Amino acid sequence: MKVRIRHQRREVQVEGVRTVGELLDRLQLNPETVLVVRGTELLTRDARVADEDEIEIRPVVSGG
Amino acid sequence: MRCAKCKGTAQVEVRRHHTAFCGPHFLEWFEAQVDRAVRRERMFAPQDRVLVAVSGGKDSLVLWDVLLRLGYRASGLHLNLGIGAYSQESQEKCEAFARDRGAELLVVDIPAEYGVGVEGLAQLAGRVACSACGLSKRYLFNRVALDRGFSVVATAHNLDDEAAVLLGNLIAGNVEALVRQAPVLESTHPGLVKKVKPLYRIAERETAAYAVLRGIDYVLDECPNSAGARSLLLKEALNVLERDAPGTKQNLYWNFLEKIRPLLRETSQSPALRSCAHCGQPTTGDVCAFCRMTERVAHKLRLRAAASSRAPEPVAVGALPETPAGGGDGGLWPSGGDSWGRPANPDTDRG
Repeated sequence: MKVRIRHQRREVQVEGVRTVGELLDRLQLNPETVLVVRGTELLTRDARVADEDEIEIRPVVSGG
Repeated sequence: MRCAKCKGTAQVEVRRHHTAFCGPHFLEWFEAQVDRAVRRERMFAPQDRVLVAVSGGKDSLVLWDVLLRLGYRASGLHLNLGIGAYSQESQEKCEAFARDRGAELLVVDIPAEYGVGVEGLAQLAGRVACSACGLSKRYLFNRVALDRGFSVVATAHNLDDEAAVLLGNLIAGNVEALVRQAPVLESTHPGLVKKVKPLYRIAERETAAYAVLRGIDYVLDECPNSAGARSLLLKEALNVLERDAPGTKQNLYWNFLEKIRPLLRETSQSPALRSCAHCGQPTTGDVCAFCRMTERVAHKLRLRAAASSRAPEPVAVGALPETPAGGGDGGLWPSGGDSWGRPANPDTDRG
């Protein structure tokens, strides 16, 4: 699947993960710090994902 | 994962409450949480005029959106900080938000008012950028609210912000700032407007989810000056704890408010406030920190203009002798500050 990681300004191709939790593990992202979006839908950790999906990962942490 | 209300597919998990919601029920839950905070802490009433400090980021636009939906009389105040394209985009997001909802937006353009943006103020006044920015915000939010007849200023500090500031102040042992850390700061001077934080019960991840589900268009980029900020390091540490022990941030902050802060308040005294000799705003000294900063900057700008009119080479601002104008800028764990961004020493730095 194509994964756009907004805060790192990069796009990666990830194959072979079945859930959002597995995807975040693969990308070494803390689930507390991001939202996972597919189209207009937010996905919880157990949501199923497929190789043909286009996923956006949005940061939630701000401030300085 | 299923929605706790309707058993439909959940879109947002709220792990600290062991629950999850579909989109519509999450929005309903979120707005109820904010309304509960406003009522429980007696932040303001429906007839009050509320000035919402809006940066163009997710938290402040979400706060403004929720208050309008709940029927409160909420206007926005945006400060254009003069930080290049970042500030331009931030103002555009606020203007578009207000236009779409028919809401009132007030804008203060700092470069237009003071000759330079917050980075220039910082450089000319011998401060770091975040210090000059925080001082300007505290001063201008209060002054605009007073001048325009607002009864309260609402800022979008959320649970993560509060927990991070609390952790920082605990590490620094900053008792004075700990006493001031609360979701409501009542007015203690005729020139000081009440300040409230209606999102103090809401995690940052939840405000981001609300923004996405409501289709709120916010600035995703961070302020370019925030890279490496201490608050981000503290948030990162707390999020590691939260991942493995959900509820850590909430327990840290709420236990502090309920059990520790009351004890600290018993032994502390509020500093006496008087009116600034130059602008009339509350201060602990003769002249407030904001007037001292802007007058120093104006003086240096005049020197620079005079020098450039006399000689072909302009004065190099960075080469002028600088004296740090307040505490809190010195290191990773400086003297601390409160979650309104105020530094630890009100005698030298209170706006």
